[in-house]
Amino acid sequence: MRFGILQFPGSCDERDAVEAAARVGDAELLWHREGNLGQVDAIIVPGGFSYGDYLRAGAIARFSPAMESVIAFANEGGPVLGICNGFQVLCEAGLLPGALLRNTSLRFRCAQVDIEVVNAETAWTSAASPGETLSIPAKHGEGRFYAPNVEELEANGQVAFRYAPRQNPNGSLNDIAGVCNERGNVVGLMPHPEHAVDALTGSTDGLKLFASAVGALAGR
Amino acid sequence: MRARVLIRPKEGILDPQGEAVVRALPALGFSGVSNVHVGRLVELDVEDESQLEAMCQKLLANPLIEDYEIQSVG
Repeated sequence: MRFGILQFPGSCDERDAVEAAARVGDAELLWHREGNLGQVDAIIVPGGFSYGDYLRAGAIARFSPAMESVIAFANEGGPVLGICNGFQVLCEAGLLPGALLRNTSLRFRCAQVDIEVVNAETAWTSAASPGETLSIPAKHGEGRFYAPNVEELEANGQVAFRYAPRQNPNGSLNDIAGVCNERGNVVGLMPHPEHAVDALTGSTDGLKLFASAVGALAGR
Repeated sequence: MRARVLIRPKEGILDPQGEAVVRALPALGFSGVSNVHVGRLVELDVEDESQLEAMCQKLLANPLIEDYEIQSVG
């Protein structure tokens, strides 16, 4: 199992993502100018501030050569995970529904949050149980999920993660912390599972996402 | 052509920046201000103005959450 982790100018969580993925498989960084992704089995679009969040978070990164390949990979059913800024990039690219807006507090929020696994049948959640709570850090200024068709997403099972009651750090609609595409191979979330893989930092719950991708690949 | 694109949050989407301005103005002694929305302004020189609409749709705005208005500034 080989994970490819994209790196844009302004990414800052790509090394933690490599470290996290390396606990369940092989992992390598992929520079965003590289259109050929090579032989990877899963792709992670990491957190950070690609292109300085200029214009809108994720708006410019979405057009990098690597993203064209990520879109093709996703359309073939390949597992793709977007974390924080990566989630914003995947929404801008149209691989995931909705958009991420400024936190209602207008503040950058950094906190350990509990998120509930709402859909445990996606490529990145299958190692968790439905309703299971994961303790994962969140750190963002633009994480308020919005989608005009949110009821449709709820009905389709496209809400993958929800903040636990009273832990919504950003004002997201329906406390949504992460969503998936209809097929379930593309998942995005604001909290950072790659920062929750070692007991040293308090929680290893984030490993479930990476282990899920390994399981999804074995089942394909 | 010199163009100006005004980008605003869509009607009905919570605009916390606008609300922060509404709250801040009375503190400075200004009263009677409501319905404030904070958006973005992009000014650009374009050779082919017929492309502006597509530029807005693809990059300058996110039509899911923002409205935009294209103006010519001569």
